[in-house]
Amino acid sequence: MSTLAPYRPERPMQRGPGRRSSPMSWRWGDRLALAFAWTAGIGLCLIAAAIVIYMGYRGLQYLRPSLLVSRPSISTSQNSSGGFLDPLLGTALLTLIGIVLAVPLAVGSAVWIAEYGRPTWLARAVESSIEIVAGTPDIVIAIFGLAIFQLRLFAPFSFTAESGGVFGRSFIAAGAMMSLIALPPLFTATRDGLQAVPAHMREAAFALGKTRIATIRRVLLPSVRSNVATGVTLGVSRIIGDTAIVVLLLGETLRFGPQGSVPGLNILRGTGASLTSYIYDNSPAGEGAAPQKAYAAAFVLILFVLILNLIVERIGRSGSDTAGLTAAGAVV
Amino acid sequence: MLRRLRDPWPDHRAERTLGAVSLLVGVVVVAMVVFVGIQAWPTFQHNGISWLGPGGSLETEIPNMINSSVHPAASVYHLRAWPLVYGTLLTAVTAVLLGLVIAVFSSIFIVELAPARLRRVAIPVIRLLASVPSVIYGLIGILVLVPFVGNDLVTAGEKASVQNVVELTGSGVLVTVVILTVMITPIMIALICEALVSVPRSWREGAIALGVNPVRAMLAVTLRAARPAIVAAAVLATARALGEAIMISMVSGSRSFAPKPVDGIIFLFEPLRTLASSIVDYHENLSAPALKSTLYAFAFLLLFSAFVLSIGGYLIKLPLRRYQVRG
Repeated sequence: MSTLAPYRPERPMQRGPGRRSSPMSWRWGDRLALAFAWTAGIGLCLIAAAIVIYMGYRGLQYLRPSLLVSRPSISTSQNSSGGFLDPLLGTALLTLIGIVLAVPLAVGSAVWIAEYGRPTWLARAVESSIEIVAGTPDIVIAIFGLAIFQLRLFAPFSFTAESGGVFGRSFIAAGAMMSLIALPPLFTATRDGLQAVPAHMREAAFALGKTRIATIRRVLLPSVRSNVATGVTLGVSRIIGDTAIVVLLLGETLRFGPQGSVPGLNILRGTGASLTSYIYDNSPAGEGAAPQKAYAAAFVLILFVLILNLIVERIGRSGSDTAGLTAAGAVV
Repeated sequence: MLRRLRDPWPDHRAERTLGAVSLLVGVVVVAMVVFVGIQAWPTFQHNGISWLGPGGSLETEIPNMINSSVHPAASVYHLRAWPLVYGTLLTAVTAVLLGLVIAVFSSIFIVELAPARLRRVAIPVIRLLASVPSVIYGLIGILVLVPFVGNDLVTAGEKASVQNVVELTGSGVLVTVVILTVMITPIMIALICEALVSVPRSWREGAIALGVNPVRAMLAVTLRAARPAIVAAAVLATARALGEAIMISMVSGSRSFAPKPVDGIIFLFEPLRTLASSIVDYHENLSAPALKSTLYAFAFLLLFSAFVLSIGGYLIKLPLRRYQVRG
């Protein structure tokens, strides 16, 4: 009795990737590298999560809405030393001055480099000097600012002592140096955006009889608006995060310390604090030793940084970002 | 005047105006070197090149400067900055080396291995870590890590063994290097990731088609092509690490002490001070001329290293163009 072998249809040829090589069959060195890559990646994510969660926990624990709207005062007890309204406004004011000074400087030089850029050696010199500014530590920029603003020439910008010594510390001084901090990311973002604008857009504008500068104003600048916005956001996050310049150039007074009698100008000429210097002063490193206040202020600061990060990402995703600014553009 | 501004500009005037604006940036850099250099000159003049060398004790030299008169004698300028230079190099180099290894492998993880969902989370997280202000790292260091190290890691016996030389509070080499590494690694990851992504995919696929496993292909092909970007990232991170002032001033213990590796495990807990952090530590005493000049000399040294790193970074980026990798 014989049975027919059951008909087995031939299996169709396997499509797609073949058998994946399992790490089990790899060399030891490769397996080690694989394991280390996973460890490093996941470890880093864990550290980041730990920092954010810890700061969030401490912040929510100590942050009271009243802290945001009450002025700081000098006290040995953490209960009566007030809030951080003045540092908050100080940060806002510094950001405003810094960005207002940095935008024309950065956008102007980015346009010049991308659209004119002649003579070439001068363009290269300008580009490398921006790179040097980007690489200079903020503490060096701060102490340079002190040297500048203590000159007799700049006496109107800060407080002058009876003996004639120029104090050199004021919102104007700190804001001017902040603009240097904000300059490199702003410049890089704008320049990359301009270089990514397709040449036919310029050619079309020239064909219509527009001059170079008219092309820049009516065609190029509107098309890199989102790059400039990214640059401004990065600049703002640099400025609000900077401590060294504030500590050296703003005089580290808890409240606004106006100089002179002209309203408005007296605040600009006067001393003050920012959120970062408030955190520094209230940590055990400063005199304050009020960790609860420091945690609360740090929470607010981290919230700002988080929001700025989200804005950068939003602009990057909106598609109008011609340069396609990547992660490196966001930090360098 | 206003009409001239509102009317369409002639091209040559626009070019000149924009050129002048750009030139202003160059002028600022020159001014920075000149002003810091002028202020630092007396220190270099009085000390010569041995200023950088060892010998002398900062703990007596700096108070001497603070207490000196408005017109200090030449001897007051005497300083040997070696402990600070050593502290700067020690923290920066260790942190960069540690961070580089972590950054390379995390970049491989993010670009190649991570599941898409994790990757979507990881990249924003890295960016956030890169933009957290240094004062917050310092705050975490001084309020969380320093007490932990001081109370739990350093034993009473270790504290007693060196109590005549230096006090171990927990702030020192270990905490500084750890936080500095966490601070600079995200910057390197961002740069390395970008370079890894921009290496042509076909190169790696070719290697895999030849039967190499994915990790080996990554290490041997993609990572090799991205080498210049890795060095560039290390240079940038070194610049950040050398110049970090506030965080180090908060967690390093701020004592002009040169930690000695021969001390064994205690070395990790010994306090130190760097060039940048000493500017923060002494900024209130800038009215003393000798100290002022000394601090500007520190700043000049940092500025000089920023120049060197910037030029080095430029030279390293040159071969990048060959691979068409943006750095």
